[in-house]
Amino acid sequence: MPDELPPAVPVKRKTSARTAGALIGVLTALLGFAIAVQVRSNASHDTLANARDDDLAAILADQNQLAQRRRDQIDSLRRDLAQLQASGDKDGVAKAQAERETQSLNILLGTVAVSGPGVIVTITDSAAVLKAEDLLDVVEELRGAGAEAIQFGPVRVTTSTNFVDINAAVQVDGVTVRSPYVVRAIGDPKTMDTAMNIPGGVVASAHAAGGDAVVSEQDKMVIDVVRVQSAPRYASPTSK
Amino acid sequence: MIAVIAMALGVVAGVVLHPTVPPELEPYLPIAVVAAMDAVFGGLRARLEHIFDAKVFVVSFVSNVFVAAMIVFFGDQLGVGGALSTAVVVVLGIRIFGNAAAIRRQVFHA
Repeated sequence: MPDELPPAVPVKRKTSARTAGALIGVLTALLGFAIAVQVRSNASHDTLANARDDDLAAILADQNQLAQRRRDQIDSLRRDLAQLQASGDKDGVAKAQAERETQSLNILLGTVAVSGPGVIVTITDSAAVLKAEDLLDVVEELRGAGAEAIQFGPVRVTTSTNFVDINAAVQVDGVTVRSPYVVRAIGDPKTMDTAMNIPGGVVASAHAAGGDAVVSEQDKMVIDVVRVQSAPRYASPTSK
Repeated sequence: MIAVIAMALGVVAGVVLHPTVPPELEPYLPIAVVAAMDAVFGGLRARLEHIFDAKVFVVSFVSNVFVAAMIVFFGDQLGVGGALSTAVVVVLGIRIFGNAAAIRRQVFHA
């Protein structure tokens, strides 16, 4: 660079030219140094280290917003989860209740075999004096005493069971049953025994008719005669 | 010639020594570098046009760096540091491009 200066140079000019050259060298060396440092620091540090304050503030605000959104999402998902769990529980409870109802209805309708404590009433009527309504009384008395399942002879007694008088016998749901009539009932044995033996009750009227009635309490008995329940053809449930 | 060698030395020193930039200087260094590059390109152009003056170069180099740093500093104080830094880089970039075009015309006559 000094050779670029005008040719006719006094000595003083020459020294100042040398100083200028040195200054230029220092400055450009500084520039090179700064470039290298800046490039290195830009490449090695993560970008946040070189970001300015307002950029950092903006980034922080962004991140806070993002975190808030995520928190809201988590909350709403938690609510969904709780809702789903609650409805699942409700479904389970409803299902269990429906199963219990089905069970009791099945017992009532006589479509399942049942077991439990109860009584066996054996009524002897050799003179064939007892009418169908007397025998129906036995069933009614047992029901009144809380019998949950009743078997009359070989027939399971249900809501639609009928008793018809025929010659010296009775027809229960079309099945002829003759003396001795064996009635099995599941329920509280004590209560049913008492109901059978009250004055003017089943046992008394059997004796009055010249027959005999024996009640024996059972701790554990089985009624395994079942009937098939056909689906209703005309009636269908209405919603409340 | 001195400038090229000195610059190469500076780069080597920067790579080898690997100093860390002090945090308070961090916003100024890139702008200062760009300003200095503008001065260097201006000096190169002047040299090719045979109007190079060492004093002008030194003064313009120092003042460029100083003014650029000042602008960034005041920008930061006023809360528009980012925008002003961009403005400085754009203006200096345009000047560098202008100088580079002049150098190109001198060197390649095109």
